[in-house]
Amino acid sequence: MSDRTTTAQVAVIGGGPAGIEAACALSNNGIRVSLFESEPVLAHNVGNKFKLFPDFSSASELVATLSHKLSGSHVSVHLDTEIVSMEQKGGLWFLTDNYGHTHEAVAVLLATGYDVFDARRKEELGYGIYKGVVTSIDLESMLKAGKLVNVLGEQPQCVTFLQCVGSRDEKIGNHYCSKVCCVTAVKQAIEVKKLSPRTDVFLFYMDLRMWGQGFEELYREAQEQYGIRFVRGRISEAASTFDDRVQIKAEDTLVGQPLKMSTDLLVLMVGMEASCGTKKLASCCGVEGAYGFAHSCSPYLSDNMTDRQGLFLAGSCKRPMSVSDTVNDARSAAVGIADYLKTALSN
Amino acid sequence: MDFGFTISKPRSIEPTEAGREQLLQLEEQVPTFRRCMNCGGCTATCSAGQFTDFNIRKVHNLYRWGQYKELDEELQKCMLCGKCTLVCPRGVNLRSLIIHLRKALNKDHQPGDYQHFIRNNNR
Amino acid sequence: MSSYFHPFILPFCIGTLVLFAVIAVKFYRWISGLDRKQKKNVWMSLLTVRIFPSLWRIFKEIVKEVLLHVNITRYNWRMGYMHRSIALGWFLLIVTGFVETLFHFRGSGHPPWLGIFFRFFVRDYTYGISRVWADVMDLLLLYVLSGVSIAIFKSIYSRIVGMRKNTRLRWFDICLRYSLWLIFPMRLLSESATAALTGNGGFLTQGIGDMMPTEFAQVMEVPFWTAYSTCLCVFFVLFPFSRYMHIFTEPLLIVFRSLGVREGSQPTGYTRMELNACSRCGICIDGCPLDKDLNINDIQGVYLLRDVRHGLPHRNATENCLMCDQCVVDCPVGIEINEIRKQERNKGTLDTHDNYRFLDSVKSFNAIGRIAYFGGCMSHLTPGVTESMKKIFDAVGQKYWLMDEDKTICCGRPLLQQGFIAQAAELRRKNARLIVESHAQYLVTSCPICYQSFKKEYNLPIKVIHHTEYLAVLIRLGKLKPHKTGLKVAYHDPCELGRGCNIYDEPREVLQAVADLVRVQKEREHSICCGHSLGNTALDVEKQDKVRDAALRNLTADHPDLIATACPMCKKAFQHGQPTHVKDVAELIAEQL
Repeated sequence: MSDRTTTAQVAVIGGGPAGIEAACALSNNGIRVSLFESEPVLAHNVGNKFKLFPDFSSASELVATLSHKLSGSHVSVHLDTEIVSMEQKGGLWFLTDNYGHTHEAVAVLLATGYDVFDARRKEELGYGIYKGVVTSIDLESMLKAGKLVNVLGEQPQCVTFLQCVGSRDEKIGNHYCSKVCCVTAVKQAIEVKKLSPRTDVFLFYMDLRMWGQGFEELYREAQEQYGIRFVRGRISEAASTFDDRVQIKAEDTLVGQPLKMSTDLLVLMVGMEASCGTKKLASCCGVEGAYGFAHSCSPYLSDNMTDRQGLFLAGSCKRPMSVSDTVNDARSAAVGIADYLKTALSN
Repeated sequence: MDFGFTISKPRSIEPTEAGREQLLQLEEQVPTFRRCMNCGGCTATCSAGQFTDFNIRKVHNLYRWGQYKELDEELQKCMLCGKCTLVCPRGVNLRSLIIHLRKALNKDHQPGDYQHFIRNNNR
Repeated sequence: MSSYFHPFILPFCIGTLVLFAVIAVKFYRWISGLDRKQKKNVWMSLLTVRIFPSLWRIFKEIVKEVLLHVNITRYNWRMGYMHRSIALGWFLLIVTGFVETLFHFRGSGHPPWLGIFFRFFVRDYTYGISRVWADVMDLLLLYVLSGVSIAIFKSIYSRIVGMRKNTRLRWFDICLRYSLWLIFPMRLLSESATAALTGNGGFLTQGIGDMMPTEFAQVMEVPFWTAYSTCLCVFFVLFPFSRYMHIFTEPLLIVFRSLGVREGSQPTGYTRMELNACSRCGICIDGCPLDKDLNINDIQGVYLLRDVRHGLPHRNATENCLMCDQCVVDCPVGIEINEIRKQERNKGTLDTHDNYRFLDSVKSFNAIGRIAYFGGCMSHLTPGVTESMKKIFDAVGQKYWLMDEDKTICCGRPLLQQGFIAQAAELRRKNARLIVESHAQYLVTSCPICYQSFKKEYNLPIKVIHHTEYLAVLIRLGKLKPHKTGLKVAYHDPCELGRGCNIYDEPREVLQAVADLVRVQKEREHSICCGHSLGNTALDVEKQDKVRDAALRNLTADHPDLIATACPMCKKAFQHGQPTHVKDVAELIAEQL
């Protein structure tokens, strides 16, 4: 065996909440785990967030807790290491990374997560063209910095949120709902109001899906306590005004009247798409499902299993998922993998 | 004599009756019409709607419920520029819908009535 | 009755007379069916000195297209050979036959059918120069037969001549095709039988004749000639009602087209000429994206023209077309297929005209010394294009008037394409008023649909240019000096700009100033439509996307860094399609200033 080859019982691909949680759970059960993360940092998607819905707990604390847990375990962590291809030979998985090294494992957990939708593909909304148009990710870093300003560097008079950018959209080919944007927008709207109480906040939606515990209450709070104005309609185009604000066109469908209004910031609630890694590895193993996400055996009793022996899935590489669902899913994947190892090693 | 109040006509629509046949026919001609979720994107972007109070979403919803009054005149404001079709998140073929709505609403329009010349001049 | 008569010539003579009588009637009806504008054009051409060069042009074009089939050959040389061998071969066979007869009889004293049945009647023509005549005739017959045999193979397997599909024909045309195919083998057999008895054949007919037993030839000679004459008769009598009418219609079409006649918004006698000039060669099927990518196989030009000509139902063929003009460019006869389609789309009573009064209040702008810039409806959904144009205008210090910054009066072309002729004219009036009142210098547009409309349908007093033309001029004059990048760019020719307005070079010239152009397999006039063309309302988005994906495959075959185009509609279609970046030519320039 060459020195370029590592062996482990389980290889976890992806160092987000799913990967870390599953790796730690397996490692605590005495299983040798390697974790591969293509970025130089762990959990960058969550790390970009400020607060988490629905309880406004800190995202960086969550990442810190996860990292702490990981460093206290025996998991061998490979940062900046992208798995570019993998294949199964004689009951073993062989993973090749971007340095050309090979890693062996009995079982593999795919936790490659999501990428946010590239809002430039919806050119009519002006992202990348008008400075006043930002994505929910951009807004999150503004909130994190505690500095909410318009293009001119002043406190914004008006902030407008638009739901379903890159989700539920036939035209860009994503028919699915990204699930977390509704409540994220409500959360961010409240945060904007907390930071800048005199700012008018509008939220344009097609449907508001408050599916989780505490979400509906958050929605009520946004209406009642923060005076956030919810408008049922989709913004179909944005333009610039002479004073560098953003002019938007939408219809208040409940009144049946078109709206043309100016806003300092237009926040696009960008949806989740399968990450590059998810698409690449899922198709490499033949488990790709709709929209490039990985396909599990069944959403009920074997949601972590795939059609391939020893290949498991966790988190948002399967479908859009919230952080809490992701972490739970990772734990259930760890249980499944532990069971699999018992049978695989006894044979 | 004015008693200070009037008796209002019943305003409710009976959805199983009004315009049901016509709606089914339209849905058959433009199957994507069924997918509309009334987001209002079409009305917001509408070129004609920037100049006048033309609301394509309202028009087809009125048609859905068999309320045909003045719809044809309303639809004639459309410039058929195609922006609504391009922004629709559900891929409703709105341009086709508009043409079919106008055909259905126009009493004088007979299918194929513009082919008279061809018949007369054949060979 | 002269000695040069035999009853078997009767079918031929009757057939020929019927043929010419019917053709004369048809030609008369078509010519008198021209509308006033078309007739005026004809007289204008006939009565001015322009007629002399155009007579020569007409002659050249008839020889090139009707006999030599240059356009078909250019498209596909095997198809070209097939058509040419039958047309040119048959033509020469007839001409040579008559010349031979003239030569033999020293110019007089023979009935007109003798050129066709020469070998039967002139049985002692076996000496000296006659051998050469016989060999020449045989060579021509062989030439025709080679074409006929290719046609027979093609009817079974079209790929043999490199065509994806055969045209589906009416049974009537199929029958007539068999009678055409039979004519030449029958002539071969007849002449061979005569040669067997008299020895007056050439290398081919004599060769076959020598193999025939004399008794067989004696018995079969007259039946063979009768069959030959009958085949000709059947073919000639039915000919004017079949697709073969194109043989005589095409020269007529060429004449009238050269005299300046074009399709208008209503069908006229000229339309009948165009309908009859279609040979149903099927080249329009070959390039049609709806056939290739969606397997919709009843709407192509050939089927539209056929169904309109014969009065068959053609709603689908009329409505379901991208109007990408691929077939119009490919058509070897140059039929204005989509103009006819537009006539058929005429919406009749739906086409009311007084409904845009709400646009009357729109104010023009004093734009003396400025350029009027019209982004078009779609450009509101591609702000990148309009913002880039603003940046470029500012960079060269050009004052401009954004005609439709906030809201656009549609140019009217989408309505026109759907057959709303009066409504489209109404919109044109509204926009024309704004433009004329503004006294702007030029009109620059970003949308090729609007561009084509302003240029061809508006009759504006000012020059209309597309923004790629404008940029090309600025770069040529050195007013714009963009930085060259190492980007590999594939350029997509929008239908309306390329095939519609013949603008292929300017966008490429502009792109070359900032990037390296990648060669695309199907480009320029063969560029594949983005699928989202406004010319079509019948296709749902899923189907449009399939055409788009074919266009994207074509563009990204060489893995360019990005796709460039010059049409907001194409840009949006591609943007929705895939993550490779799509940019307008103007954006690429604005980024590199």
